[in-house]
Parts: sequence; structure tokens; C-alpha cells
Amino acid sequence: MKMRSSLGRVRGLGSAKDGVGHWWLQRLTAVALVPLVLWFAASIVCQAGGDHAAVTAWLASPFPAITMILLSIATFYHAALGLQVVIEDYVNHEGLRLVAIAAMKLACFALGVAAVFAILKIAL
Amino acid sequence: MATERATGPSRPMSPHLQIYRPQLTSVLSILHRATGVALTVGTLVLVWWLVAAAAGPGPFAAARGFIGSWFGLLILFGWTFALFFHLCNGIRHLFWDAGLGFELKTVYASGWAVVAASGGLTVLAWIVGLFARGS
Repeated sequence: MKMRSSLGRVRGLGSAKDGVGHWWLQRLTAVALVPLVLWFAASIVCQAGGDHAAVTAWLASPFPAITMILLSIATFYHAALGLQVVIEDYVNHEGLRLVAIAAMKLACFALGVAAVFAILKIAL
Repeated sequence: MATERATGPSRPMSPHLQIYRPQLTSVLSILHRATGVALTVGTLVLVWWLVAAAAGPGPFAAARGFIGSWFGLLILFGWTFALFFHLCNGIRHLFWDAGLGFELKTVYASGWAVVAASGGLTVLAWIVGLFARGS
């Protein structure tokens, strides 16, 4: 028995009214973060406790700069999606939930912009 | 919704979390979410470190001083474990998303593998890191 309207099938958004966009982007950023985080951990460990000259020299080369920018974008995108689910699960009050999610998303965006700007300022 | 919840029939409720005996599966699931939140909080230090590096040697020395203090190193150690745990258990989740590894035996085996791998990677990272710092 066909339970869904043709329009509903075409839109493909389901009962969540949001489709699989959130779920899919959470996985896509997760997959991207696997090599990025392994590279990041190895890089940081190898220059643990480095001074200003060493860290800026490292970030001045194109590969570390580009990879750090990709890591920053993927990290804060992934964090915003994950924290959204946590807030949706634990904040029951509808208005408070809306405000909490909005504040969290703006904070993640601001942190991502700050990280990317800092990397570019050192690299360029 | 809210009015229905307030005046509707009292339905039976599922027992709350503390009723259940902790199992590897539930503990790792809770830890995955907790480390995700902790990692995000920890990115504040990472962004501080990056912005300080961009700002100059003075601000960078302050950030480096905090991270190098006993409190900073304690946070960094926790953050390292959270990072490796969330990474390893996240890979486990990606296998589940692909429809693989759902047999109970496999779920426990992959769970213990995550515990061993994240613990091992944390110790390894700190041994190499402290060695790099000393040299």
C-alpha cells in the first residue's frame, strides 16, 4: 500500500521535514576528519611545546596551512551538527532549545572563522 | 504537544538510566557523546593557540605558558584521549552506518578494540610528544 503522497516522495524530506541532510553531512565530515585528525595529531606531537618561530614557520608552508584550514572547517561543521543533536535531546523547553542551538551554531561559525583567519594570517 | 503531555493519560515510563547495569556498549555510547562535547570545548584552547600565534610572540607565549602548565597539560591529556576515543569509536560508528558489525560478538570485539586503540594511541602520542619536547 502506498502511504506517501507523490509530492512527499519527490521532496524526499520525510517526517523530520529535513531529509537526510543532517545525517549525511555528519558522516561526510566524519570521514573527512579521519585522515585530517591523524595528520593533525602526528604534526602536533612532533613539534610539542614548539615556540612561536617554530609554529609560525610550520604554518607558513602551504600543505600544513591548507590541511589546518580543512581540519578547522570540518571540525566546526561536525561539532555544530553533533552538539545540535545533544541540545535537541536534553533541552526540553522549545524556546530555550531554539536559542541554545542558534547560539551554539553562531559560536561554532565564529570559532571556525577565527581559526581560518589565524592560519591565513600566518601563512600569507 | 505540550497540552497533550500535561493532560493526556499517564503512560508507563521506561526505567531511567541508573536502573541498568553499565555495559561496554552503553558506556562507550555515552562516552562517545561526552567526548564529542569535551572535544568541542577543547577547541577553544586550539583556536586560542592559533589566534595567539597569528597575533605575535607575546600572546603566543601566554597561550604556550597555559598549555605547558600542569593544569594545561592535564586538559591536553584528557583532550588527547577524547580525540583518539572519538576517532576510533567514530570509525566503529561508520562501519555500523554501512550495515556492518552488528552481531553481538562483533559489537563487543570492536568495542574492546576501540578501548585498546584509543588508550594505546594516547600513550604513544604522549611518549613521542614528551620525547620531541625534550630533544
